[in-house]
Amino acid sequence: MNYNWNWGIFFQPNPMGTGTYLDMLLSGLVLTLETAVLAWIIALITGSIVGVMRTLPSKGAYWFGFCYVEFFRNMPLLVQLFLWFFVLPEILPKAAGLWLKQLPNAPFWTAAIGIGLFMSARVAVQLQAGIGSLPRGQKMAATALGLTTVQGYRYVLLPMAFRIILPPLTSEFLNTIKNTAVAITIGLLELTGQARSMQEFSFQVFEAFTAATILYLLVNAVVVTAMRFLERWVAIPGYITGK
Amino acid sequence: MLSNFDFDVIRRALPYLFYEGMTFTLTLTALAAFGGLVFGTALALMRLSGYKTLGRIAGIYVDFMRSLPLVLVIFWFYFLVPYIGQWLTGASRPISVGAFASSLITFIMFEAAYFSEIMRAGIQSISRGQPAAASALGLTYAQTMRYVVLPQAFRNMLPVLITQTIVLFQDTSLVYVLSITDFLGAASKVAQRDGRLVEMYLFAAVVYFTISCIASFGVRRLQARIAIIR
Repeated sequence: MNYNWNWGIFFQPNPMGTGTYLDMLLSGLVLTLETAVLAWIIALITGSIVGVMRTLPSKGAYWFGFCYVEFFRNMPLLVQLFLWFFVLPEILPKAAGLWLKQLPNAPFWTAAIGIGLFMSARVAVQLQAGIGSLPRGQKMAATALGLTTVQGYRYVLLPMAFRIILPPLTSEFLNTIKNTAVAITIGLLELTGQARSMQEFSFQVFEAFTAATILYLLVNAVVVTAMRFLERWVAIPGYITGK
Repeated sequence: MLSNFDFDVIRRALPYLFYEGMTFTLTLTALAAFGGLVFGTALALMRLSGYKTLGRIAGIYVDFMRSLPLVLVIFWFYFLVPYIGQWLTGASRPISVGAFASSLITFIMFEAAYFSEIMRAGIQSISRGQPAAASALGLTYAQTMRYVVLPQAFRNMLPVLITQTIVLFQDTSLVYVLSITDFLGAASKVAQRDGRLVEMYLFAAVVYFTISCIASFGVRRLQARIAIIR
């Protein structure tokens, strides 16, 4: 391969004047993590609400949850980001649209909220499955104790369901981190975006992408390890995974 | 608000959107799903074979692919494939690979990791008696896989495989980062040429939504039918 390898490139100053190329990649990593964490918080909260709605006896709540999930699941994430970023400001009333367009850091907020809502549909399905996997007796016991529906979910069903679905939630969190790379299309310079611009400035394609790859692998390893600890911490006594 | 919209721009762009864009998207989806399934099944067989080294290689490949964002993998292959081509053909400079070939290779390699996990679950769902019966009949390992295990595994996993293909169909929109004219790429080129972002992106969203919805409805029907048969 007649490619000019140069691993020293990371310690050379970048053309933006913000330090070295390595600093550029690390700032991208920070942005990736910030976007992912905010998106994950949005996904967990909205996803939990919709997931609970899908298990309620009310027909209306069930249908709302069903439509919500179908809406966010049947469109590519990229198209959804375009909808929030390019289309939403145009179809809002003029003043609101203008305010949206002039928002500082618009790509960051759009990406976080867009990816958050996209992932919330997946969280909702998993939570629904988690609640559905609980024995019927749990809900009955809660009712027998005199708990209201809200209390039953708050103290009995949700603590159980969330612990059961912790492993798939870990995968969804990892997916959220990976999905932030899609935000490159609306101009967010997260890790993949910075690797791409490093490649454009320095022509060192493979070094730039290798570094980004290693950083993604490291983040994955940290998340997986942390979640494994969390899983052991919250394991339900009496279940296979419990103590 | 809606009165400012020029929906005629969609009608005028329809031939371009569908003949060029959607044809690319669907061809890429179909070929990548097929290639990914073949390569993914090979990976699953490697993991389940008795050979530790083979299994470990396949495992590392799958974990590696699954921990990277698709956009990054698309960039990797876009730049890497010309060099691999040069190395394979012994040419003196990196060979130029078309946008289609490059994205097809990317998606086959990437999706194989996901298909392999599905096929692995499918193969593991076959009861032990089946391969035992096959070897009692005198079938070799390859014949057992080919005639007994894989057809059943494939059939059991068909709904999941199709669901993954729907995800793949949506993911092909990410070739946008290489400025390829897939369906979304075509829509966004028209959108930028005519300054009609709202109409084009809304239309693209509706088309993706409709196709995915119909497909997932089909999967649900299929699941019900398969459930009855078993």
